Amino acid sequence: MGTANDIEKGLSDWASEHYGVAAAIAGLRRLSGGASQETWAFEVEAGEKSEPLILRRAPGGTAAARSSEAITLAIEAALLEATDKAGVRVPGVRHVSPPGSALGEAFVMKRVAGETLGRKILRDAEFETARARLTQQCGEALARIHSVPLSGVPKLPTSLGRNQIDKYEAVYREFNLPRPVFELAFAWLKDNEPEPADPVLVHGDFRLGNLIVDENGLAAVLDWELAHIGDPREDIAWLCVNSWRFGQTENRVGGFGQLDELLDAYAAAGGARYRPADIDWWEIMGSLKWGVMCMTMYGAFKTGADPSVERAAIGRRVSENEIDLINLFEGLGRHA
Amino acid sequence: MHDAPSAKELIEAVKSFLDKTAMVQLQGHAAFHARVASNALATVLREMEQRPGAEARERDRLQALLKSDETDVGALNRKLCEEIRTKRVDLSTPGLLTHLKSTTIDQLSVDQPGYSGLRTAAR
Repeated sequence: MGTANDIEKGLSDWASEHYGVAAAIAGLRRLSGGASQETWAFEVEAGEKSEPLILRRAPGGTAAARSSEAITLAIEAALLEATDKAGVRVPGVRHVSPPGSALGEAFVMKRVAGETLGRKILRDAEFETARARLTQQCGEALARIHSVPLSGVPKLPTSLGRNQIDKYEAVYREFNLPRPVFELAFAWLKDNEPEPADPVLVHGDFRLGNLIVDENGLAAVLDWELAHIGDPREDIAWLCVNSWRFGQTENRVGGFGQLDELLDAYAAAGGARYRPADIDWWEIMGSLKWGVMCMTMYGAFKTGADPSVERAAIGRRVSENEIDLINLFEGLGRHA
Repeated sequence: MHDAPSAKELIEAVKSFLDKTAMVQLQGHAAFHARVASNALATVLREMEQRPGAEARERDRLQALLKSDETDVGALNRKLCEEIRTKRVDLSTPGLLTHLKSTTIDQLSVDQPGYSGLRTAAR
């Protein structure tokens, strides 16, 4: 199964059970993006009411082999519920469908209105108020995510700084494409590794593109696929990586804010007190990680797994991460 | 061998076809890939023009940095990686960061000349 008709049938059966027999599914459509999961938008119409919803579903309804670090949909749904309880703005979960059911492995969540495209959020006039609030709101959201009791979340992989160096270095070495900037970054990260923080729930991909922003600011935190147990500085720094500033380089936080403001909001909301220099190591880790990920995407072209021109061309974006690393190294020199 | 049209002219013709004919008739995913394809050809055109000079400068710098008379840039870069991995060269080595910065600026000027980090590096 896996056609739109099958999905519509599965959703209709669910809707009549939960919203009443007269409930109907309308406007089912596949949204773009998300190679590892299918994302569908639809409405449940029950009487006068229409509720906009999202279906997240394993491709074809069965859990295919995913990258080792991506969590299952059931875990993603459980994380949405746990972080919702902790006061993080996330889409409310309406239904979890287990593997083998009519819908297949999937869950249904509320569809939150707003924008996800980084360039629009950073540029368009309608988000001016949002931009002014976003740094504060992101600091609070991150503090709340990092405060979620680990006893209340499903078992997640643990990945601290040293694990990440080792993992991405192994991937890099596998390519046998020597890049001296990456070599220097791996060596520097090993020599300058900070004391690991107490492990917390880490979102793993907290940045523009994965946040729904409306005219009032942060409306929902999406894309929990890379959630893990790790170092809170990883999330803070990932939001600072220049790849996610969408050209607004002068604003270290996501292209919209300053790091000391984010760190103040984070500490005020119950997070640990960090200084901007505490974030440097993890930002270098983040730029290096994204560079290796771009090499991996090019690798999918090279091996023929995905022969698209897009996968080929992304190999020529690795140098973006190299210049970001060099700029970060020069910054370290200035701070010292 | 003749070169009329030259490789450069052929690439320019294909790029022009993508930009002016194909892209306007395509939609969705195909239109996106056509734009990526056009950008990839622009990268090739920049590379044809800039790589020889950039690579010659890179070779000179690597030979000086590594005190080597090796002429193959790939071999020199493998050697530099080895020196960094074995900690004989690090961030405090005179000339290392300057060399890496010049090389990366040249590379990005081919790959993504509009990238924000390139402006930061130029400051």
